[in-house]
Amino acid sequence: MSSNAHDDALEALVGQKYRHGFVTDIEADTVPPGLNEDVIRLISRKKEEPQFMLDWRLKAYRHWLTMREPHWAHLRIAPIDYQAISYYSAPKARADAPKSLEEVDPKLLETYDKLGIPLHERARLAGVAVDAVFDSVSVATTFKERLAKAGVIFCSFSEAVQKHPALVEKYLGTVVPYTDNYFATLNSAVFTDGSFVFVPQGVRCPMELSTYFRINAAKTGQFERTLIVAEEGAYVSYLEGCTAPMRDENQLHAAVVELVALENAQIKYSTVQNWYPGDEHGRGGIYNFVTKRGECRGASSRISWTQVETGSAITWKYPSCILTGDNSVGEFYSVAVANNYQQADTGTKMIHIGRNTRSTIVSKGISAGHGQNSYRGLVKVLPSALNARNFTQCDSLLMGDKCGAHTFPYMEVRTPTASVEHEATTSKIGDDQLFYCLSRGISEEDAVNMIVNGFCKVVFKELPMEFAVEAQNLLAVSLEGSVG
Amino acid sequence: MSMLKIPMLKIDGLHVRAGDKQVLNGVSLEVGAGEVHAIMGPNGSGKSTLVQVLAGREGYEVTAGSVSYQGRDLLALPPEERAREGVFLAFQYPVEIPGVNNVYLLKAGLNAVRKHRGLPELDAFEFLALVREKMKLMHMDESFLNRGVNEGFSGGEKKRNEILQMAVLEPTLALLDETDSGLDIDALRVVANGVNSLRRQDRAIVMVTHYQRLLEYIEPDRVHVLSGGRILKSGDKSLALELEKRGYDWVKQEAAAA
Repeated sequence: MSSNAHDDALEALVGQKYRHGFVTDIEADTVPPGLNEDVIRLISRKKEEPQFMLDWRLKAYRHWLTMREPHWAHLRIAPIDYQAISYYSAPKARADAPKSLEEVDPKLLETYDKLGIPLHERARLAGVAVDAVFDSVSVATTFKERLAKAGVIFCSFSEAVQKHPALVEKYLGTVVPYTDNYFATLNSAVFTDGSFVFVPQGVRCPMELSTYFRINAAKTGQFERTLIVAEEGAYVSYLEGCTAPMRDENQLHAAVVELVALENAQIKYSTVQNWYPGDEHGRGGIYNFVTKRGECRGASSRISWTQVETGSAITWKYPSCILTGDNSVGEFYSVAVANNYQQADTGTKMIHIGRNTRSTIVSKGISAGHGQNSYRGLVKVLPSALNARNFTQCDSLLMGDKCGAHTFPYMEVRTPTASVEHEATTSKIGDDQLFYCLSRGISEEDAVNMIVNGFCKVVFKELPMEFAVEAQNLLAVSLEGSVG
Repeated sequence: MSMLKIPMLKIDGLHVRAGDKQVLNGVSLEVGAGEVHAIMGPNGSGKSTLVQVLAGREGYEVTAGSVSYQGRDLLALPPEERAREGVFLAFQYPVEIPGVNNVYLLKAGLNAVRKHRGLPELDAFEFLALVREKMKLMHMDESFLNRGVNEGFSGGEKKRNEILQMAVLEPTLALLDETDSGLDIDALRVVANGVNSLRRQDRAIVMVTHYQRLLEYIEPDRVHVLSGGRILKSGDKSLALELEKRGYDWVKQEAAAA
């Protein structure tokens, strides 16, 4: 990115986002490591949950005990000791946390610098033990007022359980049941917090909802739970994540996201994930095992997943759409990067149930260093899904010769009226392309960025504007030094 | 060329190997500012290798000889530095870069060059004004700016795009690698007019071509015959006409006899 104007715009945008900060309460309490029914009761009590919530958690836990860890993904995973995890930990000042930025890994600080993150934010992100986080209650309040006026509920999951228990009870687990899979079941038993969004009938949410603006939501920790419901004719665009690499002591992250779109509703869910990927040897990175699924429950509804995945040591994630309503539309746009020793096994599932349902899958995998990137996608067309259509495009870009790209497309089509298309390409960042740029005076770093961004363009186009700019920048940082 | 002036480009006894194949066997050539040189020769004679090596492409090993450009050791510079110092290569096969706007690549290139020369970078508006001006010269329409770099371009469009880049980057030494290949007569005329309008006292042009046809439109000061990795004969433009009539064999025989 060699234009000044562009850089300035970028800095302005990145900086702007972090200026807002957020509010949190700081208290120290953590349950000892280990998992049993008492721990779950404790979590539920701490969060002052109604009985139905506790019952649900316990059902999930009892089911989880009967399950086995899945190992079908194209991943190498060190064994996880579930009894060594502490399942409830309110955000607190840790004794071993760095006391100041001087004690933080200089490489991390360098990255913050490149992303243009303001100083006070760097401290928080790097886990420096300061309580000088934040503020900007006024921004948050204005924000909340505007949403309330429109009738949109946007709050932490804990708050929703207390204030809107009927809504939570009605929709929770209806897309990802507590029996769904090992990690989702574990999450159902022990989730600590997350976000809740409810957009009532006919309402177009007046702004992009970002987790960044979440008010008084405690740090969600490793078991995050998100539920978004758009009633008939409603529209909402939700942005998750943050471009700054977050340090986290919790190695295992098992989140669940459920989306429900009723008739004519539309949900756009965008993620930029940049968890700590581990060092250049792959040590210490986050395991990100996420279950994300949306149901187009009503006719003519639409759910779009757009994700840019650059972080985590291991990513296991398949944002999916169940297209129940007739004429409903599911979309999945993804850029996944695996650099150094990162492993990504990601993709989507499109389950066509209703008539004339349509789905689009565009997956762009970038592998560099020793990174292993797998696309795994399922397109399933049930007999009821007359005239269903799917288009899948899966492209891989390799940088260097030690990385890998793998594609595992699964298709199950049970109606002859369906049309399913799959296109896949694998290319190496060409010496030709690189030399062409160099011979125009462009530096190697800029040339690589340019080529990679060109490769990802169709996905970035789907992101909200400011997110798209950040995603580009993030990609540049993630792939720095990958060629040459 | 005045004896007192340092030539813009001085190639001296250049030997180049690609893999285990010796491609250039001692090429020597001097090109002065303002001059246009044509390098002709049979297929596989090393013409393209010569310009690629000058532009800094990897995959070639210089085993002997030197290249000085404006008095500096050109071979010591990485390709992007060469470009910023004013060396430009118009590719025989321009590369497609999907998803990257043509205009974006051009702007990034120009600003990298300007920065290197201590000039302020152009903003989007200034750049567009400039590039529109240059596009008229190449008979290109606006839509072309927002297409991916060479993506889906016809052969003629690609070649025109190369000369447009040359017009925007304003190099000191332009290397044109078979810019005429694959062009119909109208496109050839457009490209040649473009190149001619870029001839200047302080700019040298070295063009590699198979055919005398191009030289009817772009008149060279010197013509060189490259064969077997060596320059066998040099002359003025009449040499090109002679080659057209008689082919290359007589040059080889003459050289062998000498």
